[in-house]
Amino acid sequence: MKVYLDNAATTRMDKEVFDAMLPYLRDEYGNPSSMHDLGQKARAAVEDARAKVAALINAKPAEIIFTSSGTEANNFAVKGAAYAGKRKGNHIIVSSIEHFSVLYSVRMLAKDGYEVTYLPVDKYGMVNPDDVTAAIKDKTVLISVMHANNEVGTIQPIAEIAKIAKSKGIPFHTDAVSTAGSIEADVEKMGVDTLTLAANQFYGPKGAAALYIRSKTRIVPLLHGGVQEEGRRAGTEDVASIVGMGAAAEIALKGMAKNSAYTTKLRDKLIDALKTKIPNIYLNGHAVDRIPGNINICVEFIEGESMLLFLNMEGISASSGSSCTSKALKASHVLTAMGVDAALANGSLLLSLGKNNTEEEIDYVIEKLPPIVERLRKMSPLYKKP
Amino acid sequence: MGNQDIKADETLDAFGLLCPIPIHLTDKRIREMKPGAILEVISDDDGIVKDMPAWCNSYAHKILSYKADSGLHKFYIRKQS
Repeated sequence: MKVYLDNAATTRMDKEVFDAMLPYLRDEYGNPSSMHDLGQKARAAVEDARAKVAALINAKPAEIIFTSSGTEANNFAVKGAAYAGKRKGNHIIVSSIEHFSVLYSVRMLAKDGYEVTYLPVDKYGMVNPDDVTAAIKDKTVLISVMHANNEVGTIQPIAEIAKIAKSKGIPFHTDAVSTAGSIEADVEKMGVDTLTLAANQFYGPKGAAALYIRSKTRIVPLLHGGVQEEGRRAGTEDVASIVGMGAAAEIALKGMAKNSAYTTKLRDKLIDALKTKIPNIYLNGHAVDRIPGNINICVEFIEGESMLLFLNMEGISASSGSSCTSKALKASHVLTAMGVDAALANGSLLLSLGKNNTEEEIDYVIEKLPPIVERLRKMSPLYKKP
Repeated sequence: MGNQDIKADETLDAFGLLCPIPIHLTDKRIREMKPGAILEVISDDDGIVKDMPAWCNSYAHKILSYKADSGLHKFYIRKQS
């Protein structure tokens, strides 16, 4: 049996999305910037996708800027707001558990003279809004806190933080890559100024993502030299991927309530079974404020990487943490910020479920994982038999 | 130039964009407006100081007012009728 439990890295594209994209990979090859019919057909397809992506997050189409990835959108949101705010100040506030595309963007800005405050999180990976209030200075030009963390799944109090930012007139960005398409990520309800979302996280293609920019929010572009995306993101559009993102957004919005309830049910079944069958394991993240597909556990006395290899041999695809860091064999910065012991953090396992997983697959994992842990513990010098 | 009493019908904030993008966006926006309507254009690119008058001249739009304030250029343009 093949079981894909790495939906946090990427999801499998829906067939309808693939079908929607196909014409734009060959026959409809026009450049949306061209005046002729072929170009205008591509333009219409991009604008149709823009409206669908906007609908997913309750935005206006003109507030959606397509990018090539969530990473690009996060770089754009952070650096763009920092440069736009240059006259006002040079202080940025981010949570310490942001995705690296936010953390490394502020690191680059720090080299350029910007001052950065990293917000702590509690043991559940939650940011305290009071810490945001305390961190604000007169020269703060941006606050960025992710909607939910990609590794441990904790959903942050975004509306509350956005309210604080708004009361001080500071632009607020949220990285909603882990949430948009699977749970509600409504820009009006949350009150954010910019928001990142990526198609490959909701059964769309890789290569298409977007930055929502609330109208009247000032952001300096990263890519220059073209009039595409109203001059805010130069470069010929990846029409097929953008069309795919639109189709995926439409499907995600329609099936959101059903899929999130279904995935949550499977997730809780798997968590309960693993807790019962494996001694000395700990669930990371928040028990309730958690995205539907996320299971992040620390298995004491063994290494995450070895579990992955054994799981892979049984046909189960999982991860030890962020797809961007799992090869680095380093304790996750998220778990470290949550105060998880370094040795324990090395035994972290990320099982991310999605709408395509079945009950049978979960039963299969419940059957296969406990013996793998037992076997590895027998080989571990750290493990003393109870 | 510098009339404080001008009321714009629409505003185009081209902050952060380099010329000629603000001109391109002005062109796009003004085409959708009624003849005689007034567009406010904001830009932080110094290139617009030369480009906007030249562009307006060639399309017979009238610059009613121009202001520069702490690095921001502000034009009020009346669409040709």
